[in-house]
Amino acid sequence: MIVRLLQRKLRDLALMFGAAPKRPAPEEVSAEAVELLAFKKTPDERKRRKAAIADERAAKPPFPKWRAMRWASLFAVNGFFVLSYWLDLQLVEGALTASRIFGFHFADLNSALQLMLAHKHVVLNLVIGVTTVLLLYAIIGGRNFCSWACPYHFVSELAEMLHLKLAEKRWVKDHELDRRLRIVMFVVFALIAFVTSYPLFEWISPVGILSRALIYGTSLGLAWVAALLLVEIFWSRRFWCRYVCPVGLGYGLAGVSAPVRVMYDANKCLHEGKCRQVCLVPHVLDMTKLGYARDVTTPIGADCTRCAMCLDVCPTGALKFDILGVTRKQVEEESAEAPE
Amino acid sequence: MSEDATEAGGPPRSRRVDEERRRLLRSAVVGGAVACASLIGLAGHKVVEAAPRLRPPGALDEEDFLAACIKCGQCVQVCPVNAIRLGDIDQFLGNGVPYIVARAQACDFSCDATQCVLACPTGALSHLLDKKEQSRMGVAKLVAPDTCLARKGEGFRGLARGGSFKGRLRYAEQDRWKPQPVAEHEYDLTLCDLCVRECPIDNAIALAPLSDDPRDSRRTPVVKDACVGCGVCEMMCPAEPVAIRIDVRVTDREIRGRGA
Repeated sequence: MIVRLLQRKLRDLALMFGAAPKRPAPEEVSAEAVELLAFKKTPDERKRRKAAIADERAAKPPFPKWRAMRWASLFAVNGFFVLSYWLDLQLVEGALTASRIFGFHFADLNSALQLMLAHKHVVLNLVIGVTTVLLLYAIIGGRNFCSWACPYHFVSELAEMLHLKLAEKRWVKDHELDRRLRIVMFVVFALIAFVTSYPLFEWISPVGILSRALIYGTSLGLAWVAALLLVEIFWSRRFWCRYVCPVGLGYGLAGVSAPVRVMYDANKCLHEGKCRQVCLVPHVLDMTKLGYARDVTTPIGADCTRCAMCLDVCPTGALKFDILGVTRKQVEEESAEAPE
Repeated sequence: MSEDATEAGGPPRSRRVDEERRRLLRSAVVGGAVACASLIGLAGHKVVEAAPRLRPPGALDEEDFLAACIKCGQCVQVCPVNAIRLGDIDQFLGNGVPYIVARAQACDFSCDATQCVLACPTGALSHLLDKKEQSRMGVAKLVAPDTCLARKGEGFRGLARGGSFKGRLRYAEQDRWKPQPVAEHEYDLTLCDLCVRECPIDNAIALAPLSDDPRDSRRTPVVKDACVGCGVCEMMCPAEPVAIRIDVRVTDREIRGRGA
């Protein structure tokens, strides 16, 4: 059990660091998963799945309720910063790079790292702030920051919608990059900060620029954000979040073993692949391909932003939020009850 | 899709290798471009460095300050007179870094305890500073002696900066806790001494006679060692163009006279 868990964690980390997902070797697949796969490959099952997919495509797409909640969260988090300042509530002070929330220090992991490497001091308040943030995201899920709090994620989502519309008409084409680039950029920016003694990533970070634009009204930096969005619309889908942003990587590391995650249940899966199409980080959903699951239920790995776009498009509920095995237990109970 | 292709024999191997190569090349170009974009900050910094900005009290020396500031704006939020603004991307490395335009709104130490310093999470505004007298944002300088009213022996009547001026100042004798709009305060001075009268620091600036003749009413502002460079004199000077300004090119500005 423990060995299997560790292996999975290592695989998740490797995926986050840019390794390509691999089809599992036969000995890696659990007996239950083998059995399920054999069942799914029976002609009857294939037919049933095909029919279900056809039905689903004929039906109206469901309302994206998770996206509605997530956007509400994005507006709330950033709105708190803005309102707290403008109404002088003094509850949430600062910006997303560093803040005091009800008096507690919070610091963005990458901003704090950049700063300490450049300044060559260990700043106690930042250590406190980083620890708070690490603890928070270690529980709720690291890259939750990206999809539930980061203002760039929101504008990037809008750009993505436009990109997909244009791509559908074949006016633009997505140019994939190598995901290992993000690791390289993380190291490069850390080195640049250390060598030049300036936190150089900070002045071009769209997260900080947007956060400050919202709160303090600094607007010229939005031109840089717009330039990034244009690249995303016309050339490479969500390139900043996928291949460059060291902030996301920092949060990903924070949430390596977060108990809150998305759980995949192969029992319900039609293997239609819609989840992978909408996903920012589709490599974490590789097990949803038919024959790629090592277990019947699998928690989605650390690079997942828990944006829940996959939950919104999944017609069968094969992908669900889970808190440390609660869902898995439910599945086991359900399958235990089923034969009766 | 690619694995199906592989299984089925798919497109020729060479094409896949080509795509792989193109992808690596693209990634290298994008990575290089983003890294270069960040490095432009260094080149740009050399340009904006020529016109340094007034930083809030307790700011470390410029290079250290730029390195230590996390660009969160907490100093902006606590300033009672909204003197602190954040730089934009045209300031390159100074993007998101606080500065003060003294002529529009100087730091008048209305907060007493240098709130911005207390708010700063990183010590970019040095936490060693706990009295306004210890700060050294810059030093006041008579830059246009010809416009100075005192040097002409003239008085001043009316609003120091006109009726539409937005700046505020602590008029302690009226309300110690709430800074008042400068535009609501009429002055009637037989000899203009606004820079001395409103200076929040003891013994930082004084008027000295211009000649030995006792009948000569002309005086000139003399900036003393205690000046912290807060910029209140620059804000309050009624002359146009302003006669006195803060020179921000001082070293060791983080703190001085500790325990003084």
